[in-house]
Amino acid sequence: MSRNIVRKQIHLAAHFPGVNNTTVWADPASKSQIDFESFVHLARTAERGKFDFFFLAEGLRLREHRGRIHDLDVVGRPDTLTVLEALAGATTHLGLAGTINTTFNEPYELAKQFATLDHLSDGRAAWNLVTSSDAFTGENFRRGGFLDHSQRYVRAAEVVDVVRELWDGWSERGPVIDREAGIFAADTDIAPFDIHTTQFDLAGRFEVPRSPQGHPVFLQAGDSDEGREFGAAKADAIFSRHGTLEEGRAFYTDVKSRLAKYGRSHDDLKILPAAAFVLGDSAEDAEERARHIRLQQVGPQTAIAFLEQVWGRDLSNYDPDGPLPDVDPEDNVTITRGRVRHAKDPRAVAEAWRAKAEAENLSIRELIIEVTARQQFVGTAEQVATEIDHYVQTDASDGFILVPHLTPGGLDEFVDTVVPLLQERGSFRTEYDGTTLRSHLGLRHPHETNEGVRAS
Amino acid sequence: MSDNSELLLAVEFTGTGIHPSSWRRDDSRAEELFTARYWADLVGAADRAGVDFAFFPDTFGVTSDASTVRGRLEAVGLAARLTAATTRIGLVPTATVTHTEPFHVAKAIQTVDHTTLGRAGWEVAVTPGAGPVALFGRKDEQDTASLWAEAAEAAEVAARLWDSWEDDAEIRDVATGRFIDRDKVHYIDFVGEYFSVKGSSIVPRSPQGQPLVAVTVTGDESFEFAAKRADLVRIRATDAEAAADLTTRIRAAAGDRPVLVLLDVDLLLAATDADAAADLAQLEAWAGAPYVSDTIVHVGTAAGAVELLGDIRGVNGVTLRPLALPSTLPRLVENVLPVIRPVVAPATGTLRDRLGLPRPANRFASAH
Repeated sequence: MSRNIVRKQIHLAAHFPGVNNTTVWADPASKSQIDFESFVHLARTAERGKFDFFFLAEGLRLREHRGRIHDLDVVGRPDTLTVLEALAGATTHLGLAGTINTTFNEPYELAKQFATLDHLSDGRAAWNLVTSSDAFTGENFRRGGFLDHSQRYVRAAEVVDVVRELWDGWSERGPVIDREAGIFAADTDIAPFDIHTTQFDLAGRFEVPRSPQGHPVFLQAGDSDEGREFGAAKADAIFSRHGTLEEGRAFYTDVKSRLAKYGRSHDDLKILPAAAFVLGDSAEDAEERARHIRLQQVGPQTAIAFLEQVWGRDLSNYDPDGPLPDVDPEDNVTITRGRVRHAKDPRAVAEAWRAKAEAENLSIRELIIEVTARQQFVGTAEQVATEIDHYVQTDASDGFILVPHLTPGGLDEFVDTVVPLLQERGSFRTEYDGTTLRSHLGLRHPHETNEGVRAS
Repeated sequence: MSDNSELLLAVEFTGTGIHPSSWRRDDSRAEELFTARYWADLVGAADRAGVDFAFFPDTFGVTSDASTVRGRLEAVGLAARLTAATTRIGLVPTATVTHTEPFHVAKAIQTVDHTTLGRAGWEVAVTPGAGPVALFGRKDEQDTASLWAEAAEAAEVAARLWDSWEDDAEIRDVATGRFIDRDKVHYIDFVGEYFSVKGSSIVPRSPQGQPLVAVTVTGDESFEFAAKRADLVRIRATDAEAAADLTTRIRAAAGDRPVLVLLDVDLLLAATDADAAADLAQLEAWAGAPYVSDTIVHVGTAAGAVELLGDIRGVNGVTLRPLALPSTLPRLVENVLPVIRPVVAPATGTLRDRLGLPRPANRFASAH
């Protein structure tokens, strides 16, 4: 591959294995989901691989299934911002991204927390902004109730606008410390704000000077038309679910085409789908490992639990290795709470699943393995590197947020074997060019114009 | 000087020091206040010298006085950031309860306890005033009684959340496919006047079980909070007698509950008493006002500080509040600490272990 041709550069992120069945906790190599050492291991591995950022998800109430805490997947995780702060002291270049909910937090405090993280990481903070509308989670917060579903993006957009105004409160030059005159920071360098929106009424002065990135990087994950529009208007990167080549290209084209009307250019928003990967010594070996991992991810009890989500009823008497139930689903949308997955029309889903199981002669567990499959790269390091590069070079994405199935060593092999191949192809950095996450992602400083220079 | 090696030593890290003009000193590092390097240098030095706790004050809002330090970083995040820069010291950030979510504060402190392997504390504070109310815009201004009643609820929520997972809740039972024993993860079902929290915490129980709760006694309401809920009680008194008297009253009010009382001591160290006096005079000249404190003040040499600390009785320890940072810190760690704390305990075990405080039993564990 010629190094003279400037190839489109791949962006990679490492997702800490989360509280869903993607994470295989039963493997002997699986370590603590809580010990800080696990977070340090994954973050340092990602940094060794010159990844753009580390990613931490969030959930503010333990999930329930059939009225009790769901116990089949990983349960429990530490506080997002706190872990990112601690990781800032254990890494030097890696971006630090976390999901934080806008419904159950107030913008003034969030602005202070993210500005703090951006200062204390020397410009590596990113916020994956989610807005939930469920009363279930609301039971842990002052707000109590919930947000009307239709208000989700209203609140999200207002939060972004409010925190940006707060972050811009101090003048670009920061506190002009004048020992002689005895002025630490003049009033004229800290603009007051007076904000009135449908969700918020705030007034005062913000208490943190401009942080290294100006604004921490915004990530967003939303697939509805409204979500795409929000991403195009506000986000720096979209954490998408469209992993296949065709879907990826369609999503990419659609979202990028929405940028112009907000005065934004093609490179101002990165599209980063989530993707799993399984490596092997040969294609067959990788396939075999992938099959084994899928069996671990969908154990007998997990298969039944997935089925119960659609059927809305207790199916614990069914044999996971046997055929699908012939009883019909009930309308019970609250059988699983605290996660987003609900079948829109349980009867139709059940009908389709029965037909598929019958046609392909699948047991309950085999069917769940099939229908819950997510995008993943399976093959030798060479095959996976080629495929990832192909996705990016053909505009199905700008890179990937990789989701290992093992904590904390699930990224080791990728960094050791796939990253060097991507680097050889000239598609991925061999060293960090800058120190901030904006620099890694090729994003402008928030106050630079279209013609301006890039963030350093 | 008498032997007082059991005296606990804390340092309060406030910006460039607690004197409002301290930033004007040539050696103040005021330009670095918002960098990790500054805090890691200072707190790391205190850690290596064997200081037991670092307090990090916090509140909401920015002062209207342009002649003082304006702006600050969020303290719980700062404490977490210092995880890797320290090995032994207890990290005790202030998190105000007035405008925050008790669920978030509890899990953040609990997480600092995880990242530091059991070195976290929480200084509970309230944030009075109309200014902070306007920054959030969702509550009315509260009086002192209401602020502390809310603080009591927040501390109760945190204590319950910290116990909401039993220590052995994670079972990873491959045969049944269960990651946890859900009978050992509990809802807290707190219903209060200010908020209700269902629980459980999203964070498993932390190394100390219950991170240490600290509070500064400034009045009747915070006294009551200290007596009922605090592990570390910070007090202010202008002489030893008043400190001993207040400590006795706190201990009596706390009853059987062990509390460690720390007396604030404002500190400015220099090579000679004359130099220290000159330094203070300069700070006062800049401020245009004499330095007045509601607690004991030592302006002088390291040897004088050693003598002062050696004579302190009746309290469990002191919280040293440097008037100017970093200038007082090198003398503190090089000339004071090695004398009164000649042997630095190894960085093993949790903060509770080193203080001889038991790891609290889980309030939910007896439920089955």
